Amino acid sequence: MTTYRLRINGVERAIDSSDPDQPLLYGLRSVGLTATKFGCGLGQCGACSVLVDRRPTRSCLTTIADTQGKSVVTLEGLGSMAAPHPVQAAFIKEQVPQCGYCTSGMIISAVALLAEKPKPTEDDIRASLEGNLCRCGTHVRVIRAVMAASGQGG
Amino acid sequence: MTVPLTQHRLADGPTRRAIVQGGALMVGFALAGVPTRARAATGDAGPRPVDPNEVDSFLAVNGDGTVTVFCGKVDLGQGLRIAMRQIAGEELGIGIDMIKYIEGDTTLTPDQGRTSGSNGIQRGGMQLRRAAATARQALIELAAQRLNAAPDDLVAKDGEVRPNNGGAGIKFAELIGGRNFKIKLNPKAPLKDPATYTLVGKPLPRPDVPAKCTGGFTYMQDFSAPGMVHARVIRPPAIGAKLIGVDEASIKHLSGANVVRLKDFLAVIADDEWTAVRAARALRAQWSEWSGLPAQDKLIATLRADPEVTDEVLVTRGQQGPSAQSGAVSRSASYFWPMQSHGSIGPSCAVADVRSDAATVWTASQGTHGNRKTFARFLGLPEEKVRLIYLDGAGCYGMNGHEDAAADAAIVSRAVGRPVRVQWSRQDEHGWDPKGPPQLLDISGAVDPAGRILAWRTEMWLPQTTRGLPDIPLLGPAAAGLDNVRGLQPGLISQNADPPYTADNVQVLVHWLKDAPLRPAPIRSPGKPANCFAVESFTDELAAAAGLDPIEFRLSGLADPRGIEAIRRAAALMNWQSRPSSGANKSAPVMRGRGFAYVHYKHSESYVAMGMEVAVERGSGRIRVERVACAHDCGQIINPDGVRAQVEGSILQTLSRVLMEEVQFDRSRVTSVDWSSYPILRFPDVPKLDIVLIDRPTQPPLGAGEAACSPVGAALANAVFDATGARLRTVPFTPDRVKVALSAV
Ligand code: FES
Ligand code: FES
Repeated sequence: MTTYRLRINGVERAIDSSDPDQPLLYGLRSVGLTATKFGCGLGQCGACSVLVDRRPTRSCLTTIADTQGKSVVTLEGLGSMAAPHPVQAAFIKEQVPQCGYCTSGMIISAVALLAEKPKPTEDDIRASLEGNLCRCGTHVRVIRAVMAASGQGG
Repeated sequence: MTVPLTQHRLADGPTRRAIVQGGALMVGFALAGVPTRARAATGDAGPRPVDPNEVDSFLAVNGDGTVTVFCGKVDLGQGLRIAMRQIAGEELGIGIDMIKYIEGDTTLTPDQGRTSGSNGIQRGGMQLRRAAATARQALIELAAQRLNAAPDDLVAKDGEVRPNNGGAGIKFAELIGGRNFKIKLNPKAPLKDPATYTLVGKPLPRPDVPAKCTGGFTYMQDFSAPGMVHARVIRPPAIGAKLIGVDEASIKHLSGANVVRLKDFLAVIADDEWTAVRAARALRAQWSEWSGLPAQDKLIATLRADPEVTDEVLVTRGQQGPSAQSGAVSRSASYFWPMQSHGSIGPSCAVADVRSDAATVWTASQGTHGNRKTFARFLGLPEEKVRLIYLDGAGCYGMNGHEDAAADAAIVSRAVGRPVRVQWSRQDEHGWDPKGPPQLLDISGAVDPAGRILAWRTEMWLPQTTRGLPDIPLLGPAAAGLDNVRGLQPGLISQNADPPYTADNVQVLVHWLKDAPLRPAPIRSPGKPANCFAVESFTDELAAAAGLDPIEFRLSGLADPRGIEAIRRAAALMNWQSRPSSGANKSAPVMRGRGFAYVHYKHSESYVAMGMEVAVERGSGRIRVERVACAHDCGQIINPDGVRAQVEGSILQTLSRVLMEEVQFDRSRVTSVDWSSYPILRFPDVPKLDIVLIDRPTQPPLGAGEAACSPVGAALANAVFDATGARLRTVPFTPDRVKVALSAV
């Protein structure tokens, strides 16, 4: 067992793992941070997206060892029901999720986009969320919510 | 080590005794383990009535003035949690915030049948409405006695019964709080006048959305039971392969990992999930060869030539026989819809806690109650000792792998004597979820120059299992050699194979095939997307043959005023100009066109009319859907935002199915086992959606979860024809297929 130290949602945490190649995703979930979802484990769907040192990252492909010493933000770290992050608030207002399994990854990707481009066009949003799959068909609401969160439209 | 089924191994970690001490406590344990939703207000101890004829099965007035609604239908993201509260609150006379809600638990909720076929509101909601109306009547009668008033002078509102003309009322809790109604659903209990509705018809927000957006929502995949171990099931490399041998030493280096084997059922367990994943990857096993699947490139011919078919005439209308009429034009065409996967974004997952005398299974299946019999059978337990509890999974749109994962978990839990969580991999889900069956339809018909359909004949080939005759066996029990049961019907997939328009004669003939190439299952709007694709494409072909505008052609054969209104509303959204297809710009590098389709779902439910605008790139063969316009009439709307979300989802999911989805397989197995070999719609492909909802408050509510799937394929194919003059009759409309069709024009 090795203990890996990382900063998760602003808090120093220690995660034990016997395998340095264990994906960050399993590490997060093993300490109860289950908002980050397993969708494919192949980097193809975006359900596992988190921010690592502010960059959008597929936690199913990033190892726990590689994340050592870095700062990770998950959906839980963005905001809460009482005080949601503006992107979370916009997703709630637009009633985006159906099953909601993709929503965590969508919100993380949208937060990353807005950090880089505070006033994206609709095409920017489509392009930057291309790697986030949704089977329920919430796409038009996602776009609307991200536009609203950036102070445009709505 | 291998754990044989009969040996109940006591695990380290919490002992079984600590977790359970008899059936009653097990219920307590199970509830304690269930997240807030189910823990809310189960009220007093004691078994709950679950008979769907009893009011108490649906509703309980609690001592604190709240009301608990017990719902056998489950919320899969389609919004039943709010819609059911709206229905119950409206009919009972109590605010939404005073309603607690429990769903999908065989011990606590009535058996309202599987949550499928878009009947959650239409059937389940109407049972609840009836229960609430009966309860309201009973509450008013109780209050009438106490107040010494005539029931007609009293009204139930805001959780109390009060005189119509003002004055003090009596709270529900005071009238019956904590006690049972002990009455049957009364079909004659008066229902509220829709004109007085204050909750039904409002776009109230769905209560699960905030937690889903902030991370606090507990999905099936997030649930854990005390003392639980993680398991992965190893499926064979070929569908029918038998397990010859397992090299247990191959996972020796992974501490805590063990093998569980029962005949051809093979699994690994470990204390943590990642170790289970590694063990599943590392385990070496030897399987027999198997190559019993048909060749994919000959699938259509294989279906057509199947010698073991049973024929059934489903529809005969009008006078049969050839109608010779001067100027009549005849057409015939063949349409094909391939096998498709449910494509859940989260692979299936379940937790089971199976003991020698009872079992609890947490599952995301749409068939909580229906599965009870299945699980009791293969676990060898009496039905009443098996409890299934629903937790949300990733959307499943029919029967994905949820049922199989739950069976896997139950089998492993029984073998190891501990609660077990089974999580499928992406490859498991794509490779092993039961598939939407292939559908082949030949249609022939004739039309006169005025646009009258003289004859229509549909001939279709469908797997017999889709009639629900033999089983859809669950994978785990089949591999483990356990008593498998009759599975689920993949829905009534033969519906809507005849046109909704006037025709001198119509015949629908189905050739039931003995087997499906891959295990079939219901997938959203079972069968109807394919049938409607064929029927509404062929309708368009007849309109073109008669040189008539596609919408006018449809309207001239339609009498149902609701259908007519839906078509007119969608035409208005499209700003439709009357002209025959195809259009004029057929030689441009990017050809634009418009298409239309209409369905009266199952000929008895919702009405959907849909127009589409597309651009087709001649060089690449790529179709860009630019806009979808949809008019949707599902009768009385309970929650318009919920209906809108369902219509959006139905359109986008089916566009994905039509544009890109086809399960790939070789002679041994499914080969499209990830998102690159089985691509689905992505953000850049998403069109603009314009949806009008036609509300009919005085009509019964109809299903809204899948009807809008049905017209998508034909609206798209018809738009491509309008743009290019090329007919697409085989789904999916891949660029290669489009190019072939273009070159034939
Ligand atoms: S789970 Fe990481 S991209 Fe799909
Ligand atoms: S909301 Fe279900 S997958 Fe996106």
